[in-house]
Amino acid sequence: MTSPGSLELVCPAGTPAAFRTAVEAGAHAVYCGFNDETNARNFPGLNFSRVEMADSIGFAHRHGAKVLIAVNTFPRAGAFELWTRAVDDAAGMQADAVILADLGLLDYAATTHPALRLHVSVQAAAANADAIAFYARNFGVRRVVLPRVLSVQEIAAINRDIDIETEVFIFGGLCVMAEGRCSLSSYATGKSPNMNGACSPASHVEYREEGGDLVSRIGGFAIHRVKAGQAAPYPTLCKGSFEAGEYRGHVFEDPVSLDAASLIPQLAAAGVTALKIEGRQRSRAYTQTVVRNFRRALDALAAGRPIPAGELRALTEGQRTTSGAYNKTWR
Amino acid sequence: MPLNLAARRLASSLAGRHPALFERLGEQASKTFVIDPTDLPFVFLLEPRPQAPRLVAVRREAAGAWDARVAGPLAALIGLVHGAYDGDALVFSHDLVLEGDTEAVLALRNAIDNEEIDLVDEVFAPLGPLAVLATAPARRLAALLGGLTGVALTRGAGGSLA
Repeated sequence: MTSPGSLELVCPAGTPAAFRTAVEAGAHAVYCGFNDETNARNFPGLNFSRVEMADSIGFAHRHGAKVLIAVNTFPRAGAFELWTRAVDDAAGMQADAVILADLGLLDYAATTHPALRLHVSVQAAAANADAIAFYARNFGVRRVVLPRVLSVQEIAAINRDIDIETEVFIFGGLCVMAEGRCSLSSYATGKSPNMNGACSPASHVEYREEGGDLVSRIGGFAIHRVKAGQAAPYPTLCKGSFEAGEYRGHVFEDPVSLDAASLIPQLAAAGVTALKIEGRQRSRAYTQTVVRNFRRALDALAAGRPIPAGELRALTEGQRTTSGAYNKTWR
Repeated sequence: MPLNLAARRLASSLAGRHPALFERLGEQASKTFVIDPTDLPFVFLLEPRPQAPRLVAVRREAAGAWDARVAGPLAALIGLVHGAYDGDALVFSHDLVLEGDTEAVLALRNAIDNEEIDLVDEVFAPLGPLAVLATAPARRLAALLGGLTGVALTRGAGGSLA
Protein backbone atom coordinates (compact mmCIF):
# COMPACT_ATOMS: atom_id res chain seq x y z
CA MET A 1 0.00 0.00 0.00
CA THR A 2 1.23 3.47 -0.90
CA SER A 3 0.47 6.53 1.20
CA PRO A 4 -1.62 8.86 -0.98
CA GLY A 5 0.68 11.67 0.05
CA SER A 6 3.69 9.96 -1.50
CA LEU A 7 2.11 9.24 -4.89
CA GLU A 8 4.21 10.66 -7.72
CA LEU A 9 2.45 12.76 -10.36
CA VAL A 10 3.95 12.08 -13.79
CA CYS A 11 2.97 14.72 -16.32
CA PRO A 12 3.26 15.08 -20.11
CA ALA A 13 5.18 17.67 -22.09
CA GLY A 14 5.33 17.95 -25.88
CA THR A 15 7.24 21.23 -25.99
CA PRO A 16 9.68 23.06 -23.72
CA ALA A 17 6.92 25.58 -22.89
CA ALA A 18 4.55 22.80 -21.85
CA PHE A 19 7.42 21.28 -19.87
CA ARG A 20 7.94 24.46 -17.85
CA THR A 21 4.18 24.76 -17.42
CA ALA A 22 3.97 21.19 -16.03
CA VAL A 23 6.77 21.79 -13.53
CA GLU A 24 5.29 25.10 -12.39
CA ALA A 25 1.83 23.52 -12.07
CA GLY A 26 3.14 20.92 -9.64
CA ALA A 27 4.44 17.91 -11.59
CA HIS A 28 6.70 15.63 -9.56
CA ALA A 29 8.04 14.21 -12.81
CA VAL A 30 7.69 15.14 -16.48
CA TYR A 31 7.87 12.66 -19.35
CA CYS A 32 8.82 13.73 -22.85
CA GLY A 33 10.64 12.58 -25.98
CA PHE A 34 13.13 13.56 -28.64
CA ASN A 35 11.86 15.00 -31.92
CA ASP A 36 12.07 11.81 -33.97
CA GLU A 37 10.46 8.40 -34.32
CA THR A 38 12.00 7.04 -31.10
CA ASN A 39 8.94 8.05 -29.10
CA ALA A 40 5.26 7.29 -29.45
CA ARG A 41 4.15 10.91 -29.93
CA ASN A 42 6.13 11.69 -33.07
CA PHE A 43 3.84 14.48 -34.27
CA PRO A 44 4.67 17.53 -36.41
CA GLY A 45 5.96 20.49 -34.41
CA LEU A 46 6.16 18.43 -31.24
CA ASN A 47 8.96 17.19 -28.98
CA PHE A 48 12.47 18.21 -28.03
CA SER A 49 15.74 18.83 -29.81
CA ARG A 50 18.84 17.67 -27.92
CA VAL A 51 19.54 21.22 -26.75
CA GLU A 52 15.93 21.75 -25.64
CA MET A 53 15.97 18.45 -23.75
CA ALA A 54 19.18 19.28 -21.91
CA ASP A 55 17.86 22.74 -21.00
CA SER A 56 14.54 21.29 -19.82
CA ILE A 57 16.25 18.69 -17.63
CA GLY A 58 18.25 21.48 -16.02
CA PHE A 59 15.06 23.46 -15.43
CA ALA A 60 13.30 20.47 -13.86
CA HIS A 61 16.19 19.61 -11.58
CA ARG A 62 16.48 23.21 -10.39
CA HIS A 63 12.79 22.99 -9.44
CA GLY A 64 13.02 19.57 -7.78
CA ALA A 65 11.21 17.67 -10.54
CA LYS A 66 12.33 14.51 -12.34
CA VAL A 67 12.54 13.91 -16.08
CA LEU A 68 11.59 10.62 -17.70
CA ILE A 69 12.51 10.34 -21.39
CA ALA A 70 10.31 8.11 -23.52
CA VAL A 71 12.22 6.05 -26.09
CA ASN A 72 9.27 3.77 -26.39
CA THR A 73 8.79 2.82 -30.02
CA PHE A 74 10.17 -0.40 -31.49
CA PRO A 75 13.44 0.02 -33.43
CA ARG A 76 13.33 -0.73 -37.12
CA ALA A 77 15.66 -3.40 -38.42
CA GLY A 78 18.78 -1.71 -39.73
CA ALA A 79 18.12 1.54 -37.86
CA PHE A 80 18.83 0.48 -34.27
CA GLU A 81 21.43 3.22 -33.88
CA LEU A 82 18.74 5.94 -33.87
CA TRP A 83 17.25 4.37 -30.74
CA THR A 84 20.55 3.60 -28.97
CA ARG A 85 21.66 7.20 -29.56
CA ALA A 86 18.47 8.40 -27.87
CA VAL A 87 19.24 6.23 -24.83
CA ASP A 88 22.90 7.38 -24.80
CA ASP A 89 21.87 11.03 -24.99
CA ALA A 90 19.25 10.63 -22.25
CA ALA A 91 21.90 9.07 -20.00
CA GLY A 92 24.41 11.79 -20.87
CA MET A 93 21.89 14.53 -20.05
CA GLN A 94 21.27 13.09 -16.58
CA ALA A 95 17.67 12.10 -17.26
CA ASP A 96 16.16 10.48 -14.18
CA ALA A 97 14.91 7.50 -16.19
CA VAL A 98 14.22 6.28 -19.70
CA ILE A 99 10.93 4.67 -20.61
CA LEU A 100 11.53 1.74 -22.97
CA ALA A 101 9.41 -0.95 -24.62
CA ASP A 102 11.72 -2.96 -26.86
CA LEU A 103 13.60 -5.94 -25.38
CA GLY A 104 16.73 -5.28 -27.42
CA LEU A 105 16.80 -1.65 -26.35
CA LEU A 106 16.23 -2.58 -22.71
CA ASP A 107 19.18 -4.96 -22.97
CA TYR A 108 21.32 -2.26 -24.58
CA ALA A 109 20.42 0.31 -21.92
CA ALA A 110 20.98 -2.10 -19.03
CA THR A 111 24.36 -3.19 -20.41
CA THR A 112 25.66 0.18 -21.59
CA HIS A 113 24.28 2.44 -18.86
CA PRO A 114 23.97 0.33 -15.69
CA ALA A 115 23.35 3.43 -13.55
CA LEU A 116 20.45 4.63 -15.73
CA ARG A 117 17.03 3.99 -14.21
CA LEU A 118 14.82 1.98 -16.57
CA HIS A 119 11.03 2.05 -16.77
CA VAL A 120 8.99 -0.33 -18.92
CA SER A 121 6.68 1.63 -21.21
CA VAL A 122 2.95 1.00 -21.46
CA GLN A 123 3.83 0.11 -25.06
CA ALA A 124 5.36 -3.15 -23.79
CA ALA A 125 1.91 -4.26 -22.55
CA ALA A 126 3.38 -5.93 -19.46
CA ALA A 127 0.09 -6.95 -17.86
CA ASN A 128 1.00 -9.72 -15.42
CA ALA A 129 3.47 -10.33 -12.62
CA ASP A 130 5.52 -12.93 -14.52
CA ALA A 131 6.14 -10.62 -17.47
CA ILE A 132 7.07 -7.76 -15.15
CA ALA A 133 9.39 -10.00 -13.11
CA PHE A 134 11.14 -10.96 -16.36
CA TYR A 135 11.92 -7.29 -17.08
CA ALA A 136 13.10 -6.73 -13.51
CA ARG A 137 15.26 -9.87 -13.39
CA ASN A 138 16.92 -9.46 -16.78
CA PHE A 139 17.32 -5.70 -17.13
CA GLY A 140 17.11 -4.34 -13.59
CA VAL A 141 13.97 -2.39 -14.48
CA ARG A 142 12.72 -0.27 -11.56
CA ARG A 143 9.21 0.63 -12.70
CA VAL A 144 6.54 -0.62 -15.09
CA VAL A 145 3.80 1.51 -16.64
CA LEU A 146 0.76 -0.75 -16.60
CA PRO A 147 -1.47 -1.02 -19.68
CA ARG A 148 -4.92 0.50 -19.39
CA VAL A 149 -6.67 -2.87 -19.43
CA LEU A 150 -6.38 -3.80 -15.74
CA SER A 151 -8.87 -3.42 -12.89
CA VAL A 152 -7.81 -1.99 -9.53
CA GLN A 153 -8.03 -5.51 -8.06
CA GLU A 154 -5.74 -6.88 -10.79
CA ILE A 155 -3.26 -4.06 -10.16
CA ALA A 156 -3.26 -4.89 -6.44
CA ALA A 157 -2.65 -8.56 -7.24
CA ILE A 158 0.28 -7.68 -9.52
CA ASN A 159 1.80 -5.39 -6.90
CA ARG A 160 1.68 -8.17 -4.31
CA ASP A 161 3.78 -10.38 -6.60
CA ILE A 162 6.44 -7.98 -7.89
CA ASP A 163 9.32 -6.07 -6.33
CA ILE A 164 9.33 -3.00 -8.58
CA GLU A 165 7.21 0.14 -8.80
CA THR A 166 4.03 0.45 -10.84
CA GLU A 167 2.76 3.55 -12.65
CA VAL A 168 -0.80 3.82 -13.95
CA PHE A 169 -2.67 6.27 -16.16
CA ILE A 170 -5.03 8.52 -14.24
CA PHE A 171 -6.30 10.90 -16.94
CA GLY A 172 -6.40 11.39 -20.72
CA GLY A 173 -6.95 9.52 -23.96
CA LEU A 174 -7.68 5.81 -24.00
CA CYS A 175 -6.59 3.09 -26.41
CA VAL A 176 -8.75 0.04 -26.78
CA MET A 177 -6.02 -2.35 -27.89
CA ALA A 178 -3.44 -4.09 -25.72
CA GLU A 179 -0.90 -1.37 -25.92
CA GLY A 180 2.11 -1.72 -28.16
CA ARG A 181 0.23 -4.32 -30.18
CA CYS A 182 -2.19 -2.15 -32.13
CA SER A 183 -1.55 -1.86 -35.84
CA LEU A 184 -4.98 -0.55 -36.78
CA SER A 185 -3.58 2.79 -37.92
CA SER A 186 -1.19 1.14 -40.35
CA TYR A 187 -4.03 -0.50 -42.30
CA ALA A 188 -5.26 2.95 -43.35
CA THR A 189 -2.03 4.96 -43.37
CA GLY A 190 0.93 2.58 -43.48
CA LYS A 191 2.12 4.04 -40.17
CA SER A 192 1.57 2.94 -36.59
CA PRO A 193 2.49 4.22 -33.13
CA ASN A 194 4.67 1.19 -32.53
CA MET A 195 7.03 1.69 -35.46
CA ASN A 196 6.69 5.35 -36.42
CA GLY A 197 5.51 6.93 -33.21
CA ALA A 198 2.28 8.26 -34.66
CA CYS A 199 -1.19 6.77 -34.50
CA SER A 200 -3.37 8.04 -37.34
CA PRO A 201 -0.71 10.54 -38.45
CA ALA A 202 -1.90 14.05 -39.25
CA SER A 203 -0.43 13.77 -42.76
CA HIS A 204 -3.20 11.27 -43.53
CA VAL A 205 -6.07 13.11 -41.81
CA GLU A 206 -8.56 15.26 -43.65
CA TYR A 207 -11.43 17.30 -42.22
CA ARG A 208 -14.16 18.66 -44.45
CA GLU A 209 -17.48 20.40 -43.86
CA GLU A 210 -20.17 18.61 -45.91
CA GLY A 211 -23.79 19.70 -45.75
CA GLY A 212 -23.40 21.20 -42.28
CA ASP A 213 -21.67 18.07 -40.95
CA LEU A 214 -18.01 17.78 -40.11
CA VAL A 215 -16.58 14.75 -41.91
CA SER A 216 -13.17 13.37 -40.99
CA ARG A 217 -11.20 10.95 -43.13
CA ILE A 218 -8.06 8.97 -42.45
CA GLY A 219 -6.09 7.59 -45.37
CA GLY A 220 -9.07 8.45 -47.58
CA PHE A 221 -11.57 6.50 -45.46
CA ALA A 222 -14.44 8.47 -43.92
CA ILE A 223 -14.55 7.56 -40.23
CA HIS A 224 -16.81 10.22 -38.70
CA ARG A 225 -19.70 12.40 -39.70
CA VAL A 226 -20.47 14.69 -36.80
CA LYS A 227 -23.29 17.22 -36.69
CA ALA A 228 -22.88 20.74 -35.35
CA GLY A 229 -23.16 20.65 -31.58
CA GLN A 230 -21.96 17.06 -31.31
CA ALA A 231 -18.57 16.42 -29.74
CA ALA A 232 -15.91 15.31 -32.21
CA PRO A 233 -13.35 12.62 -31.33
CA TYR A 234 -9.76 12.25 -32.48
CA PRO A 235 -9.59 11.06 -36.09
CA THR A 236 -8.41 7.54 -35.23
CA LEU A 237 -9.82 4.33 -36.68
CA CYS A 238 -10.52 2.89 -33.22
CA LYS A 239 -12.86 5.81 -32.46
CA GLY A 240 -14.50 5.69 -35.90
CA SER A 241 -18.16 5.12 -36.57
CA PHE A 242 -18.91 2.13 -38.80
CA GLU A 243 -21.70 -0.15 -39.97
CA ALA A 244 -21.45 -3.79 -38.90
CA GLY A 245 -24.51 -5.87 -39.70
CA GLU A 246 -27.48 -4.10 -38.16
CA TYR A 247 -25.27 -1.95 -35.94
CA ARG A 248 -24.13 1.51 -36.83
CA GLY A 249 -21.82 3.37 -34.45
CA HIS A 250 -18.54 3.06 -32.59
CA VAL A 251 -17.65 -0.55 -33.29
CA PHE A 252 -14.29 -0.57 -31.50
CA GLU A 253 -14.46 2.10 -28.81
CA ASP A 254 -16.57 5.06 -27.76
CA PRO A 255 -14.82 8.44 -27.98
CA VAL A 256 -14.40 8.94 -24.26
CA SER A 257 -11.46 9.81 -22.03
CA LEU A 258 -10.08 8.36 -18.83
CA ASP A 259 -10.60 10.27 -15.58
CA ALA A 260 -9.86 8.11 -12.54
CA ALA A 261 -9.43 10.93 -10.01
CA SER A 262 -12.05 9.40 -7.75
CA LEU A 263 -10.05 6.14 -7.64
CA ILE A 264 -6.78 7.65 -6.40
CA PRO A 265 -7.25 6.30 -2.83
CA GLN A 266 -7.96 2.79 -4.17
CA LEU A 267 -4.98 2.94 -6.52
CA ALA A 268 -2.77 4.00 -3.62
CA ALA A 269 -4.16 1.14 -1.54
CA ALA A 270 -3.39 -1.20 -4.46
CA GLY A 271 0.29 -0.25 -4.11
CA VAL A 272 0.67 2.02 -7.13
CA THR A 273 3.70 4.36 -6.93
CA ALA A 274 2.96 6.90 -9.66
CA LEU A 275 -0.01 8.39 -11.49
CA LYS A 276 0.43 9.35 -15.11
CA ILE A 277 -1.41 12.00 -17.11
CA GLU A 278 -1.69 11.30 -20.84
CA GLY A 279 -1.34 14.10 -23.39
CA ARG A 280 2.10 14.98 -24.71
CA GLN A 281 0.34 16.10 -27.90
CA ARG A 282 -1.78 18.62 -26.00
CA SER A 283 -1.20 22.33 -25.40
CA ARG A 284 0.24 24.05 -22.35
CA ALA A 285 -3.33 25.17 -21.53
CA TYR A 286 -4.29 21.50 -21.10
CA THR A 287 -1.08 20.76 -19.21
CA GLN A 288 -1.58 23.60 -16.77
CA THR A 289 -5.22 22.82 -16.04
CA VAL A 290 -4.90 19.05 -15.70
CA VAL A 291 -1.62 19.00 -13.77
CA ARG A 292 -2.81 21.67 -11.34
CA ASN A 293 -6.06 19.77 -10.84
CA PHE A 294 -4.37 16.47 -10.02
CA ARG A 295 -1.67 18.05 -7.86
CA ARG A 296 -4.46 19.68 -5.86
CA ALA A 297 -6.14 16.27 -5.52
CA LEU A 298 -2.94 14.62 -4.25
CA ASP A 299 -2.24 17.46 -1.82
CA ALA A 300 -5.81 17.20 -0.48
CA LEU A 301 -5.48 13.45 0.03
CA ALA A 302 -2.14 13.87 1.76
CA ALA A 303 -3.77 16.35 4.16
CA GLY A 304 -6.67 13.98 4.79
CA ARG A 305 -9.18 16.13 2.93
CA PRO A 306 -11.58 14.86 0.26
CA ILE A 307 -10.54 15.22 -3.38
CA PRO A 308 -11.83 18.58 -4.67
CA ALA A 309 -14.19 18.36 -7.62
CA GLY A 310 -12.38 19.14 -10.85
CA GLU A 311 -14.07 20.10 -14.08
CA LEU A 312 -11.91 18.64 -16.80
CA ARG A 313 -14.59 17.26 -19.08
CA ALA A 314 -14.35 20.17 -21.55
CA LEU A 315 -10.74 19.14 -22.22
CA THR A 316 -11.53 15.52 -23.00
CA GLU A 317 -12.10 13.65 -26.21
CA GLY A 318 -15.81 13.13 -26.71
CA GLN A 319 -16.35 15.55 -23.81
CA ARG A 320 -17.12 12.45 -21.74
CA THR A 321 -15.07 10.59 -19.17
CA THR A 322 -14.85 7.07 -17.78
CA SER A 323 -12.89 5.22 -15.13
CA GLY A 324 -12.12 2.67 -17.85
CA ALA A 325 -10.98 -0.83 -16.94
CA TYR A 326 -10.19 0.18 -13.35
CA ASN A 327 -13.85 -0.45 -12.59
CA LYS A 328 -14.18 -3.41 -14.93
CA THR A 329 -17.72 -4.74 -14.83
CA TRP A 330 -17.77 -6.84 -17.97
CA ARG A 331 -16.08 -9.94 -16.63
CA MET B 1 -5.33 49.84 -43.30
CA PRO B 2 -4.26 49.83 -39.60
CA LEU B 3 -5.07 46.14 -39.31
CA ASN B 4 -2.60 45.26 -42.05
CA LEU B 5 0.01 47.51 -40.49
CA ALA B 6 -0.39 45.58 -37.23
CA ALA B 7 -0.29 42.29 -39.14
CA ARG B 8 2.95 43.31 -40.90
CA ARG B 9 4.48 44.33 -37.58
CA LEU B 10 3.45 41.05 -36.03
CA ALA B 11 5.00 39.02 -38.88
CA SER B 12 8.19 41.04 -38.69
CA SER B 13 8.36 40.68 -34.92
CA LEU B 14 7.86 36.92 -35.12
CA ALA B 15 10.75 36.60 -37.58
CA GLY B 16 13.08 38.58 -35.36
CA ARG B 17 12.03 37.45 -31.90
CA HIS B 18 10.89 33.86 -32.42
CA PRO B 19 13.26 32.02 -34.77
CA ALA B 20 12.50 28.76 -32.91
CA LEU B 21 8.92 28.98 -34.17
CA PHE B 22 10.14 28.51 -37.74
CA GLU B 23 12.54 25.72 -36.77
CA ARG B 24 9.65 23.88 -35.12
CA LEU B 25 7.50 24.38 -38.22
CA GLY B 26 10.18 22.75 -40.39
CA GLU B 27 8.97 22.03 -43.92
CA GLN B 28 5.46 23.19 -42.98
CA ALA B 29 6.79 26.77 -43.08
CA SER B 30 6.38 26.63 -46.84
CA LYS B 31 2.61 26.22 -46.56
CA THR B 32 -0.07 28.92 -46.84
CA PHE B 33 -2.56 29.13 -43.99
CA VAL B 34 -5.91 30.86 -43.87
CA ILE B 35 -6.74 31.97 -40.33
CA ASP B 36 -10.48 32.58 -40.47
CA PRO B 37 -12.17 34.46 -37.61
CA THR B 38 -15.69 33.41 -38.50
CA ASP B 39 -17.30 36.34 -36.67
CA LEU B 40 -15.40 38.91 -38.72
CA PRO B 41 -15.78 39.85 -42.41
CA PHE B 42 -12.16 39.10 -43.33
CA VAL B 43 -9.53 36.38 -42.95
CA PHE B 44 -5.78 36.40 -42.42
CA LEU B 45 -3.41 34.82 -44.92
CA LEU B 46 -0.29 33.52 -43.21
CA GLU B 47 2.86 32.48 -45.07
CA PRO B 48 5.34 31.65 -42.29
CA ARG B 49 8.52 31.77 -44.38
CA PRO B 50 11.50 32.00 -41.98
CA GLN B 51 13.24 34.85 -43.83
CA ALA B 52 10.16 36.84 -44.79
CA PRO B 53 6.98 35.77 -43.02
CA ARG B 54 3.82 37.38 -44.36
CA LEU B 55 0.55 38.01 -42.56
CA VAL B 56 -2.14 39.99 -44.34
CA ALA B 57 -5.86 40.57 -43.84
CA VAL B 58 -8.00 40.03 -46.92
CA ARG B 59 -11.70 39.76 -47.69
CA ARG B 60 -12.85 36.16 -47.18
CA GLU B 61 -13.76 35.72 -50.85
CA ALA B 62 -10.32 37.01 -51.91
CA ALA B 63 -8.31 34.49 -49.90
CA GLY B 64 -7.15 32.63 -53.03
CA ALA B 65 -5.33 29.28 -52.84
CA TRP B 66 -4.29 27.91 -49.46
CA ASP B 67 -3.01 24.67 -47.96
CA ALA B 68 -4.77 24.75 -44.62
CA ARG B 69 -7.64 26.66 -43.03
CA VAL B 70 -8.22 27.19 -39.33
CA ALA B 71 -11.63 28.69 -38.62
CA GLY B 72 -13.32 29.74 -35.42
CA PRO B 73 -14.51 32.72 -33.40
CA LEU B 74 -11.89 35.44 -32.92
CA ALA B 75 -11.91 34.72 -29.17
CA ALA B 76 -10.91 31.10 -29.80
CA LEU B 77 -8.14 31.99 -32.23
CA ILE B 78 -6.63 34.67 -30.00
CA GLY B 79 -7.04 32.46 -26.93
CA LEU B 80 -5.12 29.71 -28.72
CA VAL B 81 -2.20 32.03 -29.47
CA HIS B 82 -2.12 33.22 -25.85
CA GLY B 83 -2.30 29.70 -24.42
CA ALA B 84 -5.71 30.26 -22.82
CA TYR B 85 -7.30 27.38 -24.72
CA ASP B 86 -6.34 23.88 -25.77
CA GLY B 87 -6.54 23.35 -29.53
CA ASP B 88 -7.68 19.72 -29.34
CA ALA B 89 -10.48 20.64 -26.94
CA LEU B 90 -11.65 23.38 -29.32
CA VAL B 91 -11.76 20.82 -32.14
CA PHE B 92 -13.65 18.34 -29.96
CA SER B 93 -16.27 21.02 -29.23
CA HIS B 94 -16.36 22.34 -32.85
CA ASP B 95 -15.30 25.80 -31.70
CA LEU B 96 -12.41 25.30 -34.10
CA VAL B 97 -12.74 23.81 -37.58
CA LEU B 98 -9.75 22.61 -39.59
CA GLU B 99 -9.62 22.07 -43.31
CA GLY B 100 -6.91 21.01 -45.72
CA ASP B 101 -3.43 20.00 -44.61
CA THR B 102 -3.91 18.75 -41.03
CA GLU B 103 -0.20 18.09 -40.57
CA ALA B 104 0.58 21.72 -41.34
CA VAL B 105 -2.07 22.94 -38.88
CA LEU B 106 -0.74 20.68 -36.15
CA ALA B 107 2.82 21.89 -36.67
CA LEU B 108 1.66 25.53 -36.60
CA ARG B 109 -0.39 24.98 -33.45
CA ASN B 110 2.52 23.29 -31.65
CA ALA B 111 5.07 25.86 -32.82
CA ILE B 112 2.93 28.80 -31.67
CA ASP B 113 2.07 27.14 -28.36
CA ASN B 114 5.77 26.71 -27.58
CA GLU B 115 6.61 30.36 -28.20
CA GLU B 116 4.38 31.79 -25.45
CA ILE B 117 3.48 34.71 -27.71
CA ASP B 118 1.77 37.86 -26.47
CA LEU B 119 0.23 39.71 -29.42
CA VAL B 120 0.43 43.13 -27.73
CA ASP B 121 4.16 42.68 -27.09
CA GLU B 122 4.76 41.46 -30.64
CA VAL B 123 2.93 44.32 -32.37
CA PHE B 124 4.88 46.97 -30.46
CA ALA B 125 8.24 45.15 -30.41
CA PRO B 126 9.49 46.94 -33.58
CA LEU B 127 9.45 50.21 -31.60
CA GLY B 128 12.47 48.94 -29.68
CA PRO B 129 13.11 50.72 -26.37
CA LEU B 130 10.03 52.87 -26.93
CA ALA B 131 7.81 49.78 -26.99
CA VAL B 132 7.29 49.94 -23.27
CA LEU B 133 5.58 53.33 -23.68
CA ALA B 134 3.04 51.81 -26.06
CA THR B 135 2.57 48.36 -24.53
CA ALA B 136 1.61 49.54 -21.04
CA PRO B 137 -1.51 51.50 -22.14
CA ALA B 138 -2.25 48.86 -24.79
CA ARG B 139 -2.19 46.18 -22.10
CA ARG B 140 -4.55 48.15 -19.89
CA LEU B 141 -6.92 48.60 -22.84
CA ALA B 142 -6.62 44.91 -23.73
CA ALA B 143 -7.37 43.91 -20.14
CA LEU B 144 -10.43 46.17 -20.12
CA LEU B 145 -11.71 44.88 -23.46
CA GLY B 146 -10.85 41.31 -22.48
CA GLY B 147 -12.89 41.64 -19.32
CA LEU B 148 -15.86 42.92 -21.32
CA THR B 149 -15.68 40.44 -24.17
CA GLY B 150 -14.20 37.29 -22.60
CA VAL B 151 -11.43 37.31 -25.19
CA ALA B 152 -7.93 36.51 -23.86
CA LEU B 153 -6.33 39.56 -25.49
CA THR B 154 -3.00 39.11 -23.72
CA ARG B 155 -0.97 36.11 -22.62
CA GLY B 156 -1.88 34.96 -19.18
CA ALA B 157 -5.41 36.36 -19.41
CA GLY B 158 -8.15 33.79 -19.12
CA GLY B 159 -10.74 33.59 -21.85
CA SER B 160 -14.24 32.25 -22.01
CA LEU B 161 -16.04 30.82 -25.00
CA ALA B 162 -19.80 31.01 -25.05
